[in-house]
Amino acid sequence: MDSLFNTEFALGHMNYWLFVILMMTGLYIVVARGNLLKKIVGLNLFQVAVFMLYISMGKVAGGTAPILVDNPDQAYSNPLPHVLILTAIVVGIATTSLGLALIVRINETYGTIEEDEVLDIDHDMYSAEVAEMEKFKLMNAETR
Amino acid sequence: MEHHLILRVVTKMLVGPILLYALYVQFHGDFGPGGGFQAGVIFAVAFILFGLVFSLRQLRKLVPDWVVHQLVALGLLLYAGTGVLTLFLGGNFLDYNVLADVAYQGQHWGIIAIELGVGITVFAVMLSIYYAFAGRPPQLDDKDW
Amino acid sequence: MELAITILLFLALVSCAIAIALVRNLFAVVMLSGVVSLLAALLFIVMDAVDVAFTEAAVGAGISSVLMLGTIALTARNEKVPPRYSLVPLAVVSLTGMVLIYGTLDMPNFGDKNAPVQTHVGPSYIERTPKEIKVPNFVTGVLASYRGYDTLGEVTVVFTAGLGVILLLGGLGKRRKRRRESN
Repeated sequence: MDSLFNTEFALGHMNYWLFVILMMTGLYIVVARGNLLKKIVGLNLFQVAVFMLYISMGKVAGGTAPILVDNPDQAYSNPLPHVLILTAIVVGIATTSLGLALIVRINETYGTIEEDEVLDIDHDMYSAEVAEMEKFKLMNAETR
Repeated sequence: MEHHLILRVVTKMLVGPILLYALYVQFHGDFGPGGGFQAGVIFAVAFILFGLVFSLRQLRKLVPDWVVHQLVALGLLLYAGTGVLTLFLGGNFLDYNVLADVAYQGQHWGIIAIELGVGITVFAVMLSIYYAFAGRPPQLDDKDW
Repeated sequence: MELAITILLFLALVSCAIAIALVRNLFAVVMLSGVVSLLAALLFIVMDAVDVAFTEAAVGAGISSVLMLGTIALTARNEKVPPRYSLVPLAVVSLTGMVLIYGTLDMPNFGDKNAPVQTHVGPSYIERTPKEIKVPNFVTGVLASYRGYDTLGEVTVVFTAGLGVILLLGGLGKRRKRRRESN
C-alpha cells in the first residue's frame, strides 16, 4: 500500500477518486431520497460521473482536442471515448425524458410523486382487494 | 408569458440566429466540433424558446404535431436509407466509398447524409417530447412559481 | 495548472451534487442539476473532449432543465420531508465507493500515453481518418463512418424513447378530455 503515498500516483489517480465521489453522491440520492424526480436527477449525476471516467481515460498528456492541426507531430487525445460518450449523452436525455413522462403518469394516477406514499396507496389497494376476496369467499361458503 | 415585453422582444431577436447557428453546427461538423446530435438539440431549443415565451398554441400552429411526428421517423429512415443505398450500389451497409467516384468524396457525401438524418431525428424527438410535456394541463399556476 | 483547474471545477461539481441531495425545493434541484451540467461541460473541455462538452452544454443545461421544469409544473414543487434518516444507504454507498476506489488502484495514471486505452483502436483511427475520409474532425469521422452502425443504433434508441414519451403523454389527455366532454 506504500504506493498510495507516492505523489505521482496520487495525482495521477485523483481524477478517478473524485469521479467515484460524484458517482456515489448520485447513488446516495437514488437510494435514500423518496422523491421520484430527485431520483432521476441522482441517476443523471451517476451518469455524468461515468461519462467523466470515460473521457478522462481518453486524455493524453500533452495532447490536444482530436481535430486535425497542421503540425504532423502533434499528439491527439483518443477520439473513441468522445464518440461513445457524445451519443450516450443524447440517448441519456431521451431516456431521462421517458422516466419523467412515467413520473407525470404516476402523479396523475396516484396524486403524489413520493415513493413511500405510492407504496402505501398500493398496499392499501391490495389489502382492500384481499378483504373483498375474503368477504366473497365467506358469502359463497354461507350460501353453500 | 404574455406580459413579459422584454422577453418577447429578445426572443424575436434570438430565434433566427439560434436556427442559423444550428445549421452551422450541422454542416460544419466535419471541420470543427459539432454534428447532427448537437445541431438537432440546438435547432429544437430555438423552437422551445419560442414556445415558452409566446404560447404553445402558436408554436403548434407553426409546426403542427403530425409534422414533428413524421420528422421523427424521417430522420431515422434517411440514416438507414443511406445504408441501403450503399448496399444497392454494390458496397457494404453504410460503406460510403461507393457513393462517389473518389472514395473520400463518397465518405463526405455519406457523412453529410447520415448527420442530417441524426439531426432531423434528434430535433423532432426533442420537440415532440416538449410538446408532450407542455401539452398537459399544468397543476401549478403561474403565480405559484 | 491544468490539474488545479480540474480539481477546482470538480470540487464545485461535488458541492452542487451534495446540495442536490440536501435541498428540498425541487425548483432549486433542477437549477442545480443545470449548473452541474455546465461544470461538467467545462471539465470535458479541460480534458480535450470539445464535442462532448458541446453536447453536454446543449443537452444537460438546456433541454434537460426545460423538461424537468415541465415535470415540476405537472407534479409537485417541493419534496416532502423524509420521515426518517437512516444510516443504511450511507453505509451501502460508502462501501460501494471504497470497492470502486480499490478498483482504480490498478489503473494507469491520468494522461498516460502508454495506457492500454491509447495503444489499440484509437491511434489507428487518428492515423486513418486524414487519409481515408479526409475530414479534420476525428470524432465526426469515427462517429459517422467507422462506427456508423453503432450510431444508427443510438439514433434508434433516441427514436424509441421519443416514441415512448409520445405514447405515454401525447394525445391520450386530449382523447380523455373529449370523452369526458361527450359524457
